[in-house]
Amino acid sequence: MFGFLLKRFGLLIPTFLGVTLAAFSFVRILPGDPVLLMAGERGVSPERHAQLLEQFGFDRPLYVQYFDYLFSALSGDLGQSLVTKKPVWDEFFTLFPATFELSICAIIFALVIGLPIGMLAAIKRGTWFDQSLMGAALVGYSMPIFWWGLLLIILFSGTLGWTPVSGRISLLYYFPNVTGFMLVDSFLSGQKGAFSSALSHLILPTIVLGTIPLAVIARQTRSAMLEVLNEDYVRTARAKGLSAARVVGVHALRNAMIPVITTIGLQVGVLMAGAILTETIFSWPGIGKWLIDSISRRDYPSVQGGLLMIAVIIMFVNLVVDLLYGLINPRIRHKG
Amino acid sequence: MKRSNLLLPALLATTMLMAGAAQAKTLVYCSEGSPEGFDPAPYTAGTTFDASSKPLYNRLVEFKPGTSEVQPGLAESWEVSEDGMTYTFKLRQGVKFHTTEFFTPTRDFNADDVLFSFNRQLQSDHAFNQYTAGISWEYFNGMSMPDLLKSVEKVDDYTVRFNLSRPEAPMVANLAMDFASILSAEYGAQLEESDTKDMLNQQPIGTGPFHFVAYQKDAVIRYGSHDEYWAGKQPIDDLVFAITTDASVRQQKLLAGECHVAPYPNPADLDSLKAAENIKVEEQEGLNVGYLAYNTQVAPFDNANVRKALNKAINKQAILDAVFQGAGKAAKNPLPPTMWSYNDAVEDDSFDPEAAKAMLEAEGVKDLKMKIWAMPVQRPYNPNARRMAEVMQEDFAKVGVEVEIVSYEWGEYLDLSKDKDRDGAVLLGWTGDNGDPDNFLAVLLGCDGVGGSNRAQWCNDEFEALIQKAKIVSDKAERTKLYEEAQVVFKREAPWATIAHSVVFMPMSTKVSGYVMDPLGGHSFTNVDIAE
Amino acid sequence: MTDQAITTDPELDDNHQSGLASFWFYFKENKGAVIGLCFFLAICFIALFADFIAPHAPNQQYREFFLVPPVWQEGGTWQFLLGTDAVGRDMLSRLIHGSRYSLFVGIIVVVGAVSVGVTTGLVVGYIGGALDTLVMRLMDIILAFPSLLLALVLVAVLGPSLTNAIIAIAIIQQPHYVRLTRAAVLGEREKDYVTAARLAGVGPIRLMFRTILPNCMAPLIVQAALSFSTAILDAAALGFLGMGAQPPTPEWGTMLAESREFILRAWWVVTLPGLAILMTVLAINLMGDGLRDALDPKLKRS
Repeated sequence: MFGFLLKRFGLLIPTFLGVTLAAFSFVRILPGDPVLLMAGERGVSPERHAQLLEQFGFDRPLYVQYFDYLFSALSGDLGQSLVTKKPVWDEFFTLFPATFELSICAIIFALVIGLPIGMLAAIKRGTWFDQSLMGAALVGYSMPIFWWGLLLIILFSGTLGWTPVSGRISLLYYFPNVTGFMLVDSFLSGQKGAFSSALSHLILPTIVLGTIPLAVIARQTRSAMLEVLNEDYVRTARAKGLSAARVVGVHALRNAMIPVITTIGLQVGVLMAGAILTETIFSWPGIGKWLIDSISRRDYPSVQGGLLMIAVIIMFVNLVVDLLYGLINPRIRHKG
Repeated sequence: MKRSNLLLPALLATTMLMAGAAQAKTLVYCSEGSPEGFDPAPYTAGTTFDASSKPLYNRLVEFKPGTSEVQPGLAESWEVSEDGMTYTFKLRQGVKFHTTEFFTPTRDFNADDVLFSFNRQLQSDHAFNQYTAGISWEYFNGMSMPDLLKSVEKVDDYTVRFNLSRPEAPMVANLAMDFASILSAEYGAQLEESDTKDMLNQQPIGTGPFHFVAYQKDAVIRYGSHDEYWAGKQPIDDLVFAITTDASVRQQKLLAGECHVAPYPNPADLDSLKAAENIKVEEQEGLNVGYLAYNTQVAPFDNANVRKALNKAINKQAILDAVFQGAGKAAKNPLPPTMWSYNDAVEDDSFDPEAAKAMLEAEGVKDLKMKIWAMPVQRPYNPNARRMAEVMQEDFAKVGVEVEIVSYEWGEYLDLSKDKDRDGAVLLGWTGDNGDPDNFLAVLLGCDGVGGSNRAQWCNDEFEALIQKAKIVSDKAERTKLYEEAQVVFKREAPWATIAHSVVFMPMSTKVSGYVMDPLGGHSFTNVDIAE
Repeated sequence: MTDQAITTDPELDDNHQSGLASFWFYFKENKGAVIGLCFFLAICFIALFADFIAPHAPNQQYREFFLVPPVWQEGGTWQFLLGTDAVGRDMLSRLIHGSRYSLFVGIIVVVGAVSVGVTTGLVVGYIGGALDTLVMRLMDIILAFPSLLLALVLVAVLGPSLTNAIIAIAIIQQPHYVRLTRAAVLGEREKDYVTAARLAGVGPIRLMFRTILPNCMAPLIVQAALSFSTAILDAAALGFLGMGAQPPTPEWGTMLAESREFILRAWWVVTLPGLAILMTVLAINLMGDGLRDALDPKLKRS
């Protein structure tokens, strides 16, 4: 097991270096620059332009900039936003909890609904019930979520008035930001109604972000279950007269979970991509929206740092999934 | 370290808020974006000014609400020397800075604060010139202050003198701009001592009607009323900015009562907003102009008749309908109608494709192919440049001119369009900074701007002489005459197709009273009240 | 990660002759897949003959008809069946022409990603060694970024346009094909029939493309169908964020972004392009499911 771990880490190092190089070079070849953007219609004189670029350190040789960047990144210094002049690291971690909270809720939503749907569909395989559930899952899987979000806002917030339109909590509530997770903070604050307000603000974004993972999990669970239900030991269990619920619940589900866990792990990237769209639509103060803004403002250090942090998080999650998978299914270890 | 810094005051503020929560009057403003910081001077974005200079600070002189005229602010009066090179300001006494969890002032506002606020931008060796790495004074530089301003000197505690290097008629108007906000020198000293100078941009202290409470990045900014505000305490207790970037969402929030004022509505939604019972929509013509600048140095656009012919081919009404959705007024002058010296006697080129065709033929222009540059972003003076270009493409096709629409990334667009050899006409615009005609005519059409902000690359001796003279003369009536004349020359020579001045709409809850729209495009909540 | 998808079965080779017939036999069992196929063919037909089917030119502006609602709603006219947009262009014609862009995006991305990805996968799988390591680490790097984010940055670098969006999307889809093909090659390389072919003097290129490749076609076809629909969704998302096709191109995502401001006043300009995207993607995914069931013998049994 230790060897496997070491090998996995070994693989991460070149990938990490590649990721830093990619993030660095993307940003360097972006057309336009922040000085011009900030000056706007007013413009900036060529001398001043050069002076500002020098101030930002963009006039040094590229490889010097890169190594400089790499070593500071390793020590947790991602540079300073050109727009707000605050450290990118701080900016990222001020906004990250919002995205994390939303993503976790979306995954829970997807699991709570997707798992039972997949199981039920597998048990009732071939019936109209199965077909309509899987049809719905496929619709969810095909959904352009930016459009889906707009529709939900119009329906639930606009026409019906059931859910708040945007934001993370009603502005009536004001309490210190202890963890950055609104659900936790609102609960800790002890203010009446704060928690339910935070919860109600999460509903629509959660549904929008959770739709595709929900569809994927439902489909994956169904096919994993079908596969397991066909295995000899389940057939035997059935033949022995064990109740269907017991067979499904105890034997089948446990074995079907292995591919499902992998699927969930793979959804992290999907969630991050979805977060960009969801946060844009719901004015959710998370890193997805921040990155879009940073790209359009050509805020180099923020784009660079944001890309790097997200890649590191995804690499980390993939590693954890791999390790889990290796733990559950020892055969993998030797294959690797 | 920073976290704990922020946490304690936030906790204190909570307890304070909770205590007075029962009757607190709170106004929620759905702002359109996050501020870049809370010190207005390093920035140029209106969104930043709305969150910093408007609620938190005052200037020596201020724009009279709802106009672009100046009135006394922290200075009670001022004098200009004979030669127009020295401005002496008498300061107001008994003005208090904010008292907050992070700062308690020990003295009133005085000349030291004025010196602090300007010298940090003027002197490169000032302790606060680089208080955060990479900071730069964009507006101060953009208004050529480093050349213009020789020194700011303290005469006594309540008198300051500005020494200029040349006469500049718009100087007082410049001092009403956001970059000229007055910060506390004492607070600066405190931050310097604790080695947290960058807090100046994050935990601001000013003399303005509201004091800073807390900012949650990209989400909420909270302000409290400044109890000892020199012009009187505000009617509301708390001011909250709920940052909501999407226009449709802002509007939904307004309709749902989640906020009381929401700027920049989609023009398309105005009818439904006006129809809503609990919403009123105020409107005002913006101090801006949207234009199409030909490159007057490239044939055949170096011929004024060709430019005029093209101007006649543009159906402005169609643009107003399709692009502005009614939220605009056709423009005939480079100055907006709300600006003093606007020449209403000037007659616009009438929309007449037949005449345009004939004029082009008369000039021997056949099978003309041209490019129109369309901006990639939405601006107050042009809500959708792409769509505007499409309408023009159709219009020009009818007079036999084939148009190719091009676009670049915004920063590049601004840069490339400055080129003297640029191929094509550029869609762009301008929003006034200080309510002075010089800020439009000299910047956008003066000879100095060729190869820069003068996108038409147009340098006309007659026009130049008029605006140069108007810059030095201090008598307003005489300046008005000169500018009126300059507009006549402009129209005759037609370096631009003037397209539209936008009308700014401000939807708000009917509970809100006392909101005055700012022609300069800012959003200020001074003296605004809200009914329970 | 994608290794689990590899399920090549020698069985498939045995009934190679009847492959197509057996494929169709299984495919038509799946009613959803057949519906998807019909719908997809209909879209292809519309896209091919858009010029004849569309009642108006897609960019023709009718200045008298800004934001006219669809015909069944009050104020609608038969001239514009699905209404008009903000500059008086016929929605139906724009949607019809929009199908061209979506299919175009899908086809180009799939062709590009498959040809480059499969070749790369075959080569590195067959040769192995340092090249293999290098390419696979490169794929890891691409996979370390969320696909849409990477596409967004690539488009920002290249400049927003439909062509660049296609390039970006094709790049982010590479790793799937490379990994899939490489894994298949690794699996097949040591098998007897390959060794036999090699001993018989078959050249490496022929070996790769004629002997090994046909044996890993099934998962590749399924992946291609999946790519087709994700490509359409990603292109629409980029268009929605203003980084894809530029107006006045009647690309569905761009139409959505352009008309987002009318969401309350004119539902049709926002709802219809989204619906068109959803239906097209759904049809392709239904087909993809059918393909998978028909090609994947393992699932066939269940």
